[in-house]
Amino acid sequence: MSFDILFNQFMSGIARASLLFLVASGLSLTFGVLRVLNFAHGSLYMLGAFVTYSIWKGLLIPVVGFYIATFLAALVMGGIGIIIEFFLLRRLYARGWPEQLLVTYALVLIITDLVKLGWGGEFLSIPRPVPFKGAVSLFGFPFPSYNFFVILLGLALVIFLWWLVYRTRIGDIIRAAAHDREMVAALGIPIPWLFTWIFVLGAMIAGLSGGVAGPYGAIALGMDIEIIVECFAVVVIGGMGSLPGTLLGSFIVGQVYAFGIMFKPELALAFIFMVMAAVLIIRPWGIFGRPER
Amino acid sequence: MILEVKEIHTYYGTSHILFGISLEVNDGEVVCLLGRNGAGKTTTLRSIIGLTPPRSGSIKFKGQEIIGKPPYRIAPLGIGFVPDDRRIFPDLTVRQNILVARREKLGAIWDLNRVYSLFPKLKELDSHMGNQLSGGEQQMLTIARTLMTNPQLLLLDEPGEGLAPLVIRAMEHQLGEIKKLGTTMLICEHNVGLATALSDRAYLMDKGTIRYQGTIEELRKNEEVKKKYLMV
Repeated sequence: MSFDILFNQFMSGIARASLLFLVASGLSLTFGVLRVLNFAHGSLYMLGAFVTYSIWKGLLIPVVGFYIATFLAALVMGGIGIIIEFFLLRRLYARGWPEQLLVTYALVLIITDLVKLGWGGEFLSIPRPVPFKGAVSLFGFPFPSYNFFVILLGLALVIFLWWLVYRTRIGDIIRAAAHDREMVAALGIPIPWLFTWIFVLGAMIAGLSGGVAGPYGAIALGMDIEIIVECFAVVVIGGMGSLPGTLLGSFIVGQVYAFGIMFKPELALAFIFMVMAAVLIIRPWGIFGRPER
Repeated sequence: MILEVKEIHTYYGTSHILFGISLEVNDGEVVCLLGRNGAGKTTTLRSIIGLTPPRSGSIKFKGQEIIGKPPYRIAPLGIGFVPDDRRIFPDLTVRQNILVARREKLGAIWDLNRVYSLFPKLKELDSHMGNQLSGGEQQMLTIARTLMTNPQLLLLDEPGEGLAPLVIRAMEHQLGEIKKLGTTMLICEHNVGLATALSDRAYLMDKGTIRYQGTIEELRKNEEVKKKYLMV
């Protein structure tokens, strides 16, 4: 097997990893601070894709229409995030995993039905936006230039989240609350307010990722489950709640998928879960995670 | 009177822990709450800060009823809680641990410099992570962190627990400095020790009730009470 083919697979793995990171970072952040495993995170991503589509269609602005639509969709999802956190999740923090999973899974079903009601069951698509319409040649193979946009966006999000979590006062509070929310509350820091904004941030990232995913493939029902399953693999491998872990987990899942497809396409997804199982056996809390106290 | 606790009953789940505790702390006073492990001292402090709210009774801080308020609303009124298990944030540096608690308000006396001059050791450890500290350093840090909220009333749970005698001596001096600034303190101890040297008055707790109250002088003389409730 020649180097150029391998490199091409590697690059498509990186592109996939970037999208996975976009979605999984929101999931991991929410879990890390709120300790709620949000099964509906993929649904927010899907809803973000549909909302982006509708805004993009309504705007009819050439060139920048897609970018504006994605940005607005992220804001819309942030708003929906406020509603979900305030009326639903807030009641779940003190409950156990089974209840959290049941309620967030109910959200998955509700959002699926809302999408069916609002957009029907058809496949929608957004063409790749300017200036990422074409493909560039990587060692003679065509590589969609839009992938570079997704990779850059992924990198930008890594930098933004790193800055937020490690370089700001909010970040100090986030890391403190992830470890001991009771102590943070006893120091007079309004925990419910913090939780709302963390969830909103997660929802906005999900919405943004959904918008970005539009020109990637089809906007369709089912994209929620497809992404959340892989995102769970990402955060289990990397370690729940860890930013470097999510980054590494995305990279691993993206690469395993890219090379798995080359090796045996029908097993690509299975390979991901083999890696996940291996991590669970050797290091159940993930590569960068820490054991539950 | 800055704190007035009246007849509080507190439970952990279904187990009844505090049976009608009443106590008072005056402005500027240092009061210690003595009793064996399991007497309910920690639960009393947790009841006041709102981490384990009482089911009945009344807790008034500066005349305002605070039962029913969550801790993040009680603390900004001017109550600082220093837990016995320190609860340092391990992923934050010493400086971040201190700064994360800071609260700007009028008449604030504590800032990073002031805290560092009270605990010079912490300044040396400035960029160390919270999980790299010794027990004594952690104890200093947990007090420093709470001081940054500029509390009028400081609740200290076993500040000398597990510390070497030399460290306890230093801690005694530091708490004395905090007292000089006019900060009111309620300190839990399982024995006559660090806290009593600073205290004006003492309450003795046993099995979730107050058994004795008086000035420190009275307590020192009362061998019978000490023997009965303190394992002296």
